[in-house]
Amino acid sequence: MLIERRWKKWVFFYIPLTVFVIGTLFPFYWMFVTAVRPDSELYRSWRAVNNAPFWTLHPTLEHFQDLMAKTTFPVWLWNTFFIAIVSTIISLFCGLLAGYALARLKFPMAGTLGTSIFVTYLVPPTLLFIPLADIIRNFQLGNTPWALILTYPTFLVPFCTWLLMGYFKTIPKELEECARIDGATRFGAMVRIIFPIAVPGILSAGIFAFTLSWNEFIYALIFLSSPERKTVPVGVVSELIRGDIYFWGQLMAGALLGSIPVALVYSFFVEYYVTGLTGSVKG
Amino acid sequence: MAQVLMKDLNKKYDEVHAVKDVNLHIRDKEFVVLVGPSGCGKSTTLRMVAGLEEITAGEISIGDRVVNDLPPKDRDIAMVFQNYALYPHMTVYDNMAFGLKMRKFPKLEIQKRVQDAAEILGIQELLKRKPRQLSGGQRQRVAVGRAIVRHPQVFLFDEPLSNLDAKLRVQMRVELKRLHDRLETTAIYVTHDQVEAMTLGDRVVVMKDGWVQQVGEPLELYGHPANRFVAGFIGSPAMNFIEVGIKDGGALWADTAGFRVKIPSDRTDRLKSYVGQPVTIGIRPEDLHPATGGDAPDSTFDAVVEVVEPLGSEILLDVKVGANSMVARVDPTVRVKVHEPIRLALNAERLHFFDKKSEVAI
Repeated sequence: MLIERRWKKWVFFYIPLTVFVIGTLFPFYWMFVTAVRPDSELYRSWRAVNNAPFWTLHPTLEHFQDLMAKTTFPVWLWNTFFIAIVSTIISLFCGLLAGYALARLKFPMAGTLGTSIFVTYLVPPTLLFIPLADIIRNFQLGNTPWALILTYPTFLVPFCTWLLMGYFKTIPKELEECARIDGATRFGAMVRIIFPIAVPGILSAGIFAFTLSWNEFIYALIFLSSPERKTVPVGVVSELIRGDIYFWGQLMAGALLGSIPVALVYSFFVEYYVTGLTGSVKG
Repeated sequence: MAQVLMKDLNKKYDEVHAVKDVNLHIRDKEFVVLVGPSGCGKSTTLRMVAGLEEITAGEISIGDRVVNDLPPKDRDIAMVFQNYALYPHMTVYDNMAFGLKMRKFPKLEIQKRVQDAAEILGIQELLKRKPRQLSGGQRQRVAVGRAIVRHPQVFLFDEPLSNLDAKLRVQMRVELKRLHDRLETTAIYVTHDQVEAMTLGDRVVVMKDGWVQQVGEPLELYGHPANRFVAGFIGSPAMNFIEVGIKDGGALWADTAGFRVKIPSDRTDRLKSYVGQPVTIGIRPEDLHPATGGDAPDSTFDAVVEVVEPLGSEILLDVKVGANSMVARVDPTVRVKVHEPIRLALNAERLHFFDKKSEVAI
């Protein structure tokens, strides 16, 4: 019995888990190895003598130095950060109020409105960028950070609204009713009672919104043109691939540096973010 | 301190008419309990008083003010909820101080009031804890404390004891009653438990399907129920009902298969018009006892014991009388066995009669 159970545990748990972990982490490892590998190794034929594709014996930081010195990578980093933060704040603000209204207030068409907000989230950016490009041009926002700060909420607001609406629904109504009897207005009860309780939900919505805008590609590619305006995902791809020449070392160094802030944000808030998704306050 | 007046109060949701023409005058310092089965409109009525539900038609006034259009915060009321509704991110102290802070009381006054309330409820040592670190009974106390620090005009209780276990419920019930005697504040209390209603209320309002069935002091409801619903709802075990015909044979007789009882002469006036018609007769379990030589033969009948429930202080007998079942509450000294016949006598002075169709007391 015991032996059989151990055997099953390996087959159905440890082995699949190992495969999954390797499959998830290997691209990061590959990114790292490529970023620290000297050019002489990078562009060597696979059939060359002593080719070692999975590791390097001569790690170097030259790609990082090139990235910082020869491209405007630090500027891209700042652009991405600024755009992601501002659009996250805008979307969280709208999402909080809209999510609360949809979860709590009774008004005609509330259900329909909720669903239609969700439907707008399903419209793919690859379609939406066409009308948006026209709007951006009319407002003469092209090639400015505002082109992205104002378009990212088109998918961030529905997302935040839905996540927060679900979270608000798990908070017992009586808490608010009690606060209103205790002397708060509806808005006061929302700000003093509901929002503090919803902090895990708000944080996870914020983290998601930040990550989505940080990684966004299509709008950034279309609405920004000059190199010093670009964001990390677009900048790395458009400035480090020239024709058919790929600057693999710098590309991977850029990708690695670009993914660090997101990884940091997640690891700081991971606990909040899990309770934010599973919801519910036991009080 | 204030009276509460409800005039022709109605509440309609889209399709449901939840509260129908409720008229109630709750006097200053009175403890009134709304009781009824779930869905009877008692909670909705309370929530309209609180201002949490809009009033479809009618008028509510607290003190001298009509409060229909006042938001909850301006009605000067405090409410205790079934699930306690403690703010989970605040300490017990902050929970209790919240209402006072919102009303901009000076800090010292807040401290004093919270301390006083905590002392009354015996929760001084819990003030620094968060709600999740408290037991159910402790949470209940904090919820009550949060209500009493405000010194409101009216307390509203929405099934506050339902989430407690049976023993704690009895204990808290006594404490609430003591608290009301001490604070002398008008209170409206909603419950589905008729024992709670009878023990707590100065007056009890029985509701069903949105209608008020009867308003009265507990013993008045018990002794003189206005209709069959109230008669069956108040009292445990419930009143026995059997359908009988009224026969005129010199005196009036209540008569059905296996059951023939003479109706006392003081009741005949009102029952005369029912001769030849069926009516429902109601007998409280304690008005039945094993017949002895002293009982008049025209108020006794034969029954067969089906179940014996010895409770210690009394014995409940489930008996079969003809085609009807009844429960009798008898002395613990009575010795009977299942399936044995027994002759029961009833206290004819305390019979209840109800019109079969309208179910109104005759």
